[in-house]
Amino acid sequence: MTSLPVIAPDETAQSLTERICAVALREGAPAWTPVWWWLAFGLSLGLLGLGVVAVMWLFYAGLGIWGIDWPVAWGLDILNYVWWIAIASGGTFISALFFLLGVEWRTALNRLAESLTLCAALCAAIFPILHLGRPWFFYWLFPYPNTMGLWAQFRSPLVWDFFAILTYVLASILFWYFGLLPDLATLRDRARGQGRRVFYGVLALGFRGSGRQWQHYRSVYAVMAALMAPLVVSVHSIVGMDFAGSAATGWHSTQFPPFFVFGAALSGFAVVLLALLPLRSLLGLHPYVTERHIDVLGRLLLTSSLCVGYAYVMDAFATFYGPDAADRTMFMLRAFGLYAPVYWGTIVLNIVFPQLLWWQSLRLTQPLVWLIALGVLTGMWLERFQIIVTSLARTQLPSAWGQYTPTIWEWSLLFGTIGLFLTAFLLIVRLMPVIAMAEMRAMLRGMR
Amino acid sequence: MAAVFSPRANVIVTVTIIGAVGVIVGGCLWWFAWPRSDYVRHVGWAIQQPVPFSHQHHVAGLGIDCRFCHSSVEHSAQASLPPTFTCMTCHSQIWTNAALLAEVRNSLADNRPIVWARVTDLPDYVYFNHSIHVSKGVGCENCHGNVARMPLTYKARTLTMQFCLDCHRDPGPNLRPLANVYDMDWHPDGATPHPADLMRAYHIGGRNLTECSICHR
Repeated sequence: MTSLPVIAPDETAQSLTERICAVALREGAPAWTPVWWWLAFGLSLGLLGLGVVAVMWLFYAGLGIWGIDWPVAWGLDILNYVWWIAIASGGTFISALFFLLGVEWRTALNRLAESLTLCAALCAAIFPILHLGRPWFFYWLFPYPNTMGLWAQFRSPLVWDFFAILTYVLASILFWYFGLLPDLATLRDRARGQGRRVFYGVLALGFRGSGRQWQHYRSVYAVMAALMAPLVVSVHSIVGMDFAGSAATGWHSTQFPPFFVFGAALSGFAVVLLALLPLRSLLGLHPYVTERHIDVLGRLLLTSSLCVGYAYVMDAFATFYGPDAADRTMFMLRAFGLYAPVYWGTIVLNIVFPQLLWWQSLRLTQPLVWLIALGVLTGMWLERFQIIVTSLARTQLPSAWGQYTPTIWEWSLLFGTIGLFLTAFLLIVRLMPVIAMAEMRAMLRGMR
Repeated sequence: MAAVFSPRANVIVTVTIIGAVGVIVGGCLWWFAWPRSDYVRHVGWAIQQPVPFSHQHHVAGLGIDCRFCHSSVEHSAQASLPPTFTCMTCHSQIWTNAALLAEVRNSLADNRPIVWARVTDLPDYVYFNHSIHVSKGVGCENCHGNVARMPLTYKARTLTMQFCLDCHRDPGPNLRPLANVYDMDWHPDGATPHPADLMRAYHIGGRNLTECSICHR
């Protein structure tokens, strides 16, 4: 494995900086934004527009336009929230955890991965607010001194969730932006147009690369990485507790917090592969994102898939080893009931297909890896559908059983957030350096 | 290459940062203080009424009991406003030609109620019940203020949810003996039972008074 180089052998700090700056500045040749970018951006804007319409209609007409009702009061809204926030984890795992571990392949990936985190966390944060019947009162979750004499219910995981997500989103923005500062300063110094120089100059916050600034930068960055790494574990544990804290059959399980962390890692690595493979060709990043990176990401995808598989097995084991007949009924319903295709789809997409990644030759077959990553993201979506909908649809009282069919407006919102995600990500890809140049230069200096 | 920013940029950034902090701190203070202000809560506002009825004259001057006009306060959720006949108990005999009372006489002649303006208006999702409060020793004065000193009736308390909850969380100090519920300007003296004894006597404390469904249904 170490035979695969982490950067093309003839690359220098000079060539790297020029190549990456050219993507953002577009002042050399080619001086235009490529056609694929405009096409993708137009498509994203279209989806985003669909999402905006869905939100506007929701605000006007209320939650009745969705398929949720008793007993299934959580539907695609919470499902999409959990799905997106799990997708957001990839950047933090790669950027913070592997920074602390000091692995060399992390450097070329962290900027893209963090940008994906940022965009996905943005999409996730929308759903908990929209799913409130009265979304304009969302701030009631926050303990502020109000004339109602009310205080947040600190015993509820939903309140922990509010704080966890808020902290995670703010920390992700700061971590991403802080890491960008030296690269923004590079762009400011290399830009020729006055408008661009001012744009990147303001964003660079006066970073000039003095020894003192670098010293502060390095310390703060390390501290932030040390904070982010445990934060990504806590945020997904708390998402798991949103479910485990309730008494619903199939949710009330002590393995949920780690199970959700595993699931987050799986979707996080999948989305990084999904975005990285096309961008690598489109932006010509081959010298920096080598086969080594694809190989490592494939291994990570396989590892997290095995972790998730372990959680599925333990779920079945605990159900049949434990004393609760209701749990067994729920398990049989999931595996062989109305939503059985969802269960088996989850197993095949999340566990079976990723087993192909045991072979290095397959790990380096990019179209296959891309398809496996896409399958994993679909599988993780199905897994949340199975967890949320089956448990709610079959409550402990058979008289209160129900079904859930999402409406067109719930689907529109899902695709709308995909549009938001792509729009934000494409803007970052177009305007910001897609690879952390300063860190790559430091790595190159260390290698020579 | 010329510098992108002049030295003045540092001043602009400093002022912007200080300004932003000022706006945020000021905004938080405003957010805290504004909803609590008497202006927002309409505390001390006398509302325009069809007849300038004076509680001061009728309660302090003539010594009429609250229940003479607000007759259902002990038995109903509503304290109720008096029908014109109640006014006419006296005003068919005294001040029969007063211009001030023309609206009262018209009301009787046309068989049409006087449309009083609400001074104390709780939101519709609050199910306030007068009878339970007066029969558990909460004085009129506790929420309506000392009406014996109001020539024109005005709102005396904020009546925010915080105001309700302050008492529901600790009712004892606001309770009176039943004999003093309708008194104005009443203060506990040496003979007043201890708050805890009043709570016991009224059987308060069996149910959590801060449950949502106590006031919201």
